[in-house]
Amino acid sequence: MPDSAGPAPDQDPPAGVHSLWRLRGYLRPHALSMTIMLLASLGGVGLSIAIPLVTKALIDGPVTHHESRGLIGLGLLALALGVLEAVLIWWRRWVQSATVLDLETALRGDLYDHLQQLPMSFHSRWQSGQLLSRATTDLSAIRRFSGFGLIFLITNVLQLTIVTVVLLEMYWPLGLVVAATAAPIVWLSMRFERSYVLISRRVQDEQGDLATLAEEGAVGIRVIKSFGRSEHVSAQYEAAARSLHATSMDKVRLSAKFWTFLEVIPNLAVVVVLLLGAIGVGKGYLTPGELVAFITLMLSLVWPIASLGVILAMAQEAMTAAARILEIFDTTPAIVTGTREIERPRGHVRFEHVDFAFPDAPDELVLHDVNLDIAPGETVALVGATGSGKTILTALVPRLYDVTAGRVTIDGVDVRELRLRHLRQLVATAFEEPTLFSMSARENLTLGRADATEEEIHSALEVSQAGFARDLPWALDTRIGEQGMALSGGQRQRLALARAVLAHPTVLVLDDTLSALDVHTERLVEEALRRVLADTTGLVVAHRASTVLLADRVALIQDGTITHVGDHRELLATVPAYRELLAAEALDDTEGGAA
Amino acid sequence: MNQPADRADIGTEADTDVRRWRGVAEVDADEAAERMTAGGLGGGSRRLLRELLAPYRRAIQALVLIVVVENAARLSIPYLVKEGIDTGIPPIQESGDLDPLLLIVGAVLVATLVQAVSRNLFLVRSGRIGQDVLFEVRRRVFRHFQALSPAFHDGYTSGRVISRQTSDVDAIYEMLETGFDGLVTAALTLVGTAGILVLLDVKLGLVALLCGPFLAWLTNWFRKESARSYQVTREKVALVIVHFVESMGGIRAVQAFRRESRNQEIFDDVNDQYRAANLVAFRLVAWFMPGIRLIGNITIALVLLYGGYRAYQGEVTIGVLAAFLLYLRQFFEPMMEISQFYNTFQSASAALDKLAGVLDQEPGVPEPERPRDLPQARGEVRFEHVGFAYVEGRPVLPDLHLTVPAGQTLALVGTTGAGKTTLAKLATRFYDPTSGRVLLDGVDLRELASDTLRDRVVMVTQENYLFSGTVADNIRFGRPTATLEEVVAAAGALGADDFIRALPDGYDTDVSNRGGRLSAGQRQLVAFARAFLADPAVLILDEATSSLDVPSERLVQRALRTVLAGRTAVIIAHRLSTVEIADRVVVMEHGRIVEDGSPEELVAAGSGRFSDLHRAWLDSLA
Repeated sequence: MPDSAGPAPDQDPPAGVHSLWRLRGYLRPHALSMTIMLLASLGGVGLSIAIPLVTKALIDGPVTHHESRGLIGLGLLALALGVLEAVLIWWRRWVQSATVLDLETALRGDLYDHLQQLPMSFHSRWQSGQLLSRATTDLSAIRRFSGFGLIFLITNVLQLTIVTVVLLEMYWPLGLVVAATAAPIVWLSMRFERSYVLISRRVQDEQGDLATLAEEGAVGIRVIKSFGRSEHVSAQYEAAARSLHATSMDKVRLSAKFWTFLEVIPNLAVVVVLLLGAIGVGKGYLTPGELVAFITLMLSLVWPIASLGVILAMAQEAMTAAARILEIFDTTPAIVTGTREIERPRGHVRFEHVDFAFPDAPDELVLHDVNLDIAPGETVALVGATGSGKTILTALVPRLYDVTAGRVTIDGVDVRELRLRHLRQLVATAFEEPTLFSMSARENLTLGRADATEEEIHSALEVSQAGFARDLPWALDTRIGEQGMALSGGQRQRLALARAVLAHPTVLVLDDTLSALDVHTERLVEEALRRVLADTTGLVVAHRASTVLLADRVALIQDGTITHVGDHRELLATVPAYRELLAAEALDDTEGGAA
Repeated sequence: MNQPADRADIGTEADTDVRRWRGVAEVDADEAAERMTAGGLGGGSRRLLRELLAPYRRAIQALVLIVVVENAARLSIPYLVKEGIDTGIPPIQESGDLDPLLLIVGAVLVATLVQAVSRNLFLVRSGRIGQDVLFEVRRRVFRHFQALSPAFHDGYTSGRVISRQTSDVDAIYEMLETGFDGLVTAALTLVGTAGILVLLDVKLGLVALLCGPFLAWLTNWFRKESARSYQVTREKVALVIVHFVESMGGIRAVQAFRRESRNQEIFDDVNDQYRAANLVAFRLVAWFMPGIRLIGNITIALVLLYGGYRAYQGEVTIGVLAAFLLYLRQFFEPMMEISQFYNTFQSASAALDKLAGVLDQEPGVPEPERPRDLPQARGEVRFEHVGFAYVEGRPVLPDLHLTVPAGQTLALVGTTGAGKTTLAKLATRFYDPTSGRVLLDGVDLRELASDTLRDRVVMVTQENYLFSGTVADNIRFGRPTATLEEVVAAAGALGADDFIRALPDGYDTDVSNRGGRLSAGQRQLVAFARAFLADPAVLILDEATSSLDVPSERLVQRALRTVLAGRTAVIIAHRLSTVEIADRVVVMEHGRIVEDGSPEELVAAGSGRFSDLHRAWLDSLA
């Protein structure tokens, strides 16, 4: 099923207006707010045009004709209009704040919800950083456009049109000059914007490369130190930083040109308008008040014109962002819940002719024709070389992945027919690489059972020899994980084990859970685990003989299929491949040496 | 003006049921630093800034000159417009004489061109200084992190090292890119405009400047409030990001333990907290921007009223009135922009502070002032009465005495926390001993230049880190000058040649690409090849094979015999299979040596710790 893996993470999907349009549903609840925002900014446009006209009336009326009548009235009108303009701006921004943040928050919540439902096959291809940039940067781009860009796209175009008409009306030759400058400005700023986007992307890429080097310098610091290669990596880093410096300077030069241009064009227009306008006034085609109003109005167009390029770039950005987000929304979860529940689960697990291939390489069978029958309460160890498919095999039971052929059943029911939550309640896994979240130790432990009692937590900690969790500074309320207390690999594994035990599963999967423990602790954990596994069906991935001894039977997996099932000693005696995997070379050596 | 209630419930944590999940932790040092500097530069960052800018004194002086010229040109334009109206128009009306007007228009043109040239010059030059400073910051910080001892890195974590060099440097970058120019222009416009207004007409100018106190008050209010809200927003976005990244990174555990609905609950909560914090910040701007506009519009109306009245009286000309209106426009515009880059300043100053804090860290293991020569290393390692404690008063090694003769392979055995890894870190001078000394061929490690030491002593750990690049690059990391033949020879000596050639591009396979992904055992072999190529006199292996499965370990084991021949080696392992190749075994407990002898002797003794371990291990193999 190609859609289960979803699209490739590192390519931008084709973007267009339609992708933004598809997100319109998120704006619908805010229709009223959007209307208010639009009206408020249109009102603002009207006022910004009206105020210079009042000025003109004031200059041409009372001032030129020396009439004191109307002076106070016009002055107060200007004052009232000015206050009204500020109020309208406030109103628009006030409404806009809540609207765009609601929009962004809703989108982010839905995105998170959807991502949580997408299966492992999707997540194994997408790094969390790539998803994060969609949940943050892309959402901000959409927020910026819908709250700001969209409104101003409409009002700026309107303002441009109206002001140009007013100017043409006032004195058409000058109006033509202004109208004539608008077109090249918009065109040029769009072009600049395009090159700017390109060079910004190059700067971003180089920043990314530099960040990679910084990361390697940090994560690999012990290797660097122990080989004394600080100078070597520093030189590498500096070379990359220098190249970034050069690219950034290109960007500086480009934007310097752009901004200079933007400031100069209106001033050049002033030159022309002043020349023609003053002549116009001199010849009586134009009043002095009109000339002042003309210049003021013209200057008020600078921002709407210049920002058109920015707004169009913003729109482009929002479209790309929308397309990137929709790409995730359009990926349908390939693993969907069934409807059945097992009323009294016994834990009889069967693999029947199971095949598995990753969705992005459907021809490469990772598992083929796997058959295994695990009786209720029985524990089976899976033994096999690295990459033989053990972990994937265990992941098929809780449907972290789905089989591509054959089926996995629990108590005779295909796992795909079970309600997903129910299935995952029946099956708990302790992973080799334990995932701890930056949360309290308790929250981490009760991941699978939020309602666990203190006694249950206590006994789970006992089993996994994780009593240290109670000795943390704030006991079980201590935050652990990346943002909290640092724990050793062994401690983390024991907590992950306790988490799985606490879930009281019918089927317990241990994926090489004890690899980071020292020999002594490992033995204690194994003893305790034996009790848990006594009445739980167990599937144990093992690399060491000691772990295998937890199991009633052993399944040897080679090249993606189970080749031998039997008792540990029996396999050790009869299957050379098994001996190769579990008996260390040193054993032969000591025996050889003794002989 | 703003709802303080919003903030009150954001500030306290872990008090409602939904928020219990997060647990308690000590306040992060960075967060604390950021809180302290909210609103202004700390002493460390001010010093750093001075130091960074020192080489550019002349360039900055030139810049000031340019920016003054630019602003003078810019500010002269409304004045010239006034002149155009007042002195250019009357001659046309009277005699059709265009010359005065043409002269003034010519002046506007010149002013425009001067402004254009100086503006461009300013942007490029200030941009260059900014980029140079940025480069210098990057260079210094990276080198400083490289110079700091592993002890520092143990405590500081790589995540923070990375964010110092990425997000903090980016914050400074952003300030240089957008904020600096805006601030300078705003300040000069403010001062310049105020001056010109008063010069044009004292009375009208003073009326216009009445807005000053209100502007100052509003800006000050905004500055304080936004410093606070910025802080809260930062904390909230960090919560969202951490929760998001961890949920997605750990999605396997999330799904396997049906965590989705609880996660959604938590995420909705942090998402909403972030929304609330952002709303406070947005609404600050929603007050500030129209506030400035209100003050501006009232000022314009007052000028219009009073100016109109005085023009009506004939005390000012229409041109002056027009110039006033144009100047006031320029006066308020940059003020509005201040709100846009205020946050940039906030984060840049916090970033500067954190970087200054890092640069103030002294390397824990200083370079000797006069390093001793070590002509040819034989590889004898001696610990003389070595004491060491990570935390004062809790010694890990009380008084260790141990000599490893040149060429010997020594295995260190003992439970977790016995001090084996500490011993390895002392031998490689990742740390210096608290008392006593560590000697290489009779010379105290503290008297050796780090280059000399790293040439002779190399450590391989189980974190067999591979750098991005090809397999050959990674092996060559042991000796960057090595030829490809030497790289191949090193890999061959370890038996790694076969699998490397089988990779999609052989030695040129990129290890970070999909096809180039190596198994743990293969990575470890590459790490050993790297060490072999470096050809040190002393090799220290700290749990170097513990993450491998049995067949891979066997592969590495075989390779080790080659690597260790002819050099001193200290092997730390908790699995005894590694120990089998040792000449001598030392068992440690609580920082002391409890058993010392050849493996055969210790096993034969039958009652010691090593023989117990050995027996347990043999059992586990059965």
